[in-house]
Amino acid sequence: MHIVVCIKQVPDSSQIRVHPVTNTIMRQGVPTIINPYDLFALEEALRLRDRFALEEKRWLRNPSRGKVTVVTMGPPMAAQALRKALTYGADRAVLVTDRRFAGSDTLATSFALACAIAKIGERFGPPDIIFTGKQTIDGDTAQVGPGIAKRLNIQQLTYIKKVTRIDHLRRSVDVERCLEGGTQFIESKMPCLVTMADGLNTIRRGSIEDSLRAARCSILTWGVADLGVREVDKFGLKGSPTVVKRVFAPTPRAQKSVQLETASKTVGHVADELVAWISSHQPKLADMPLSKSGA
Amino acid sequence: MSRERFDAIVVGAGMSGNAAAYTMASRGLKVLQLERGEYPGSKNVQGAILYANMLEGIVPNFRDDAPLERHLVEQRLWIMDDTSHSGMHYRSHDFNEQRANRYTIVRVQFDKWFAGKVREAGGTILCETTATKLARDGSGNVIGVHTDRAGRPILADVVVLAEGVNGVLGTRMGLRDVPKSQNVALAVKEMHFLPEHVIAERFGLTGDQGCVIEALGTISRGVAGLGFLYTNRDSVSLGIGCLVSGLAESMESPHTLLNGFKCHPSIKPLLAGSEVKEYAAHLIPEGGFRAIPELHGEGWVVVGDAAQLNNAVHREGSNLAMTSGQIAGEAICTIKNQGRPMTKDNLSLYKSMLDKSFVMRDLIKHKDVPALLHTNSQSLFSTYPKLISQAAQGFVRVDGSTKIEKEKAAIDAFIKARSRWGLVSDAVRIARAWR
Repeated sequence: MHIVVCIKQVPDSSQIRVHPVTNTIMRQGVPTIINPYDLFALEEALRLRDRFALEEKRWLRNPSRGKVTVVTMGPPMAAQALRKALTYGADRAVLVTDRRFAGSDTLATSFALACAIAKIGERFGPPDIIFTGKQTIDGDTAQVGPGIAKRLNIQQLTYIKKVTRIDHLRRSVDVERCLEGGTQFIESKMPCLVTMADGLNTIRRGSIEDSLRAARCSILTWGVADLGVREVDKFGLKGSPTVVKRVFAPTPRAQKSVQLETASKTVGHVADELVAWISSHQPKLADMPLSKSGA
Repeated sequence: MSRERFDAIVVGAGMSGNAAAYTMASRGLKVLQLERGEYPGSKNVQGAILYANMLEGIVPNFRDDAPLERHLVEQRLWIMDDTSHSGMHYRSHDFNEQRANRYTIVRVQFDKWFAGKVREAGGTILCETTATKLARDGSGNVIGVHTDRAGRPILADVVVLAEGVNGVLGTRMGLRDVPKSQNVALAVKEMHFLPEHVIAERFGLTGDQGCVIEALGTISRGVAGLGFLYTNRDSVSLGIGCLVSGLAESMESPHTLLNGFKCHPSIKPLLAGSEVKEYAAHLIPEGGFRAIPELHGEGWVVVGDAAQLNNAVHREGSNLAMTSGQIAGEAICTIKNQGRPMTKDNLSLYKSMLDKSFVMRDLIKHKDVPALLHTNSQSLFSTYPKLISQAAQGFVRVDGSTKIEKEKAAIDAFIKARSRWGLVSDAVRIARAWR
């Protein structure tokens, strides 16, 4: 079994201060950490690997032992985050770094990571599951994971809190997915991409063997040329259509979401109930054509 | 599969540990260094002044890339009462030399650099890993360390304990006692950030020049202690260290003393407008020669603060730490090259080399001073500073009383405070301790 975990080195947001006068973020001297959601992803991957190893040991004389590959795109200093991931117990690490990746938005990042994962697949065997955190704490977009899944044309399972079962024969995976006010139980086929929400796991403390290996192992470093991709315009600033126009703190949503009972009702019936609920809570909308057509 | 074995394990990545690890790694030994902090330097606290000469002996071209703040051109010693200070300043253009003698440093950055040198030399450093126990063989010889991570103990021919003043590994394993309260000072310090040009103006500095102020007197409320202020590039390190036994007796809290020092009319204007971004506290070994524990045993040596190697009189510690680490490293390399085992007898080479160095010679010279500071703290740190301040003010203030009256008043004040016999005996005691 081969699992790839995408991580990102981010500034420790608990230690970031906002400049009292200019209102800009003071990044100077702020320590970096692995994005906390990525640690849930990494731990889930390590657990799956270890569980798989145990199962194999029971049935096979020569267990193949699963492998966890961590990958990150970032400046050369992101190697620290990879080394830390190795200390936790990951088997190998790939750093995707090149000046030409600088200024990437989520579109360009997911393209570069998808290329890197494809190359990891060529080199070390195709991954069965790819993990990412549900989002990073510095960008907060939650777009890179789904972006990678789309580019690799595989299933995407977002906001997962637990991978409950893997069936290697049927190539399927069962997961629990966080919903507002509930949990969704999903079965999906592999390979797939899982973005982890605050899971039920806590990152382990790597063993002394893992940390010794991490301290001494070399980290694979790939640039644009190593990825063997022709469409270099899709990398970095050139491949990034996103423009930041303004940064502001949004006011939090005051209202809770509402769930309607749908079992044993026709779609039309559910739609009517929904519209009725909306018009009773939003009187301004009551006069609009939508409510009339529903009536 | 045979188990991996290191030539040496160094516990701790401070000054002494880095010096030892670098010395051995650069001579081709297979070295593992353990550091409990997130990275080397993350747990380390010092004023801090770097003594270039000793580092030069270890990393000759350190000036090329080490993170140095300012080279020191001026030293001020202030004797303070509550409203004034009498100072002795020494400033020399000679200190603006190519290879300056002393630099201010910020340990968090410096230790990262030093550990980087260890890695370059081929040493392996494990951070966030605490050595919890020494591993011993059947006859009690140290053969490695247990850590707080899962797994078997790591094996090595020799363990270098560079775990700092409060090193629990050595005390837990019974290699030495927990430091006594009269033999350690607790120093608290803050980093005050100021623009580079403001520091230059306030202290009369240009370029990379730096200045040190050391202050004693009523700021420590009669406890044996010392205030300090070091200029970094764009910050000022300010703190006060006092003997723990004195703090315990007087029930003074370190942060109150630090606040008093900061608010002293002589210090306050130097800090005006600064932003405090960091505070830290640390123990300093002050027991001197008489507090030094056993330095070597079967399969282990102890270096730096853990070995209490600190010159309280000259406020030198990091240089003794570096040199002791270097000497331990050299001794281990010598024994290794001769193909001899790391027994207590063979490791006595470290002790004998250390005895010949400035480290032990300086500590022996001042062996009686720590006790003197401890027992005479009230007169040395409160009575005399007040008397000196009064005398200085009497000398400077012009108020119509005659000079004869003023001088007599000053002398009378000294006699009244300490008696004639007391003055003579204080002088003799200080002279004898210093000798």
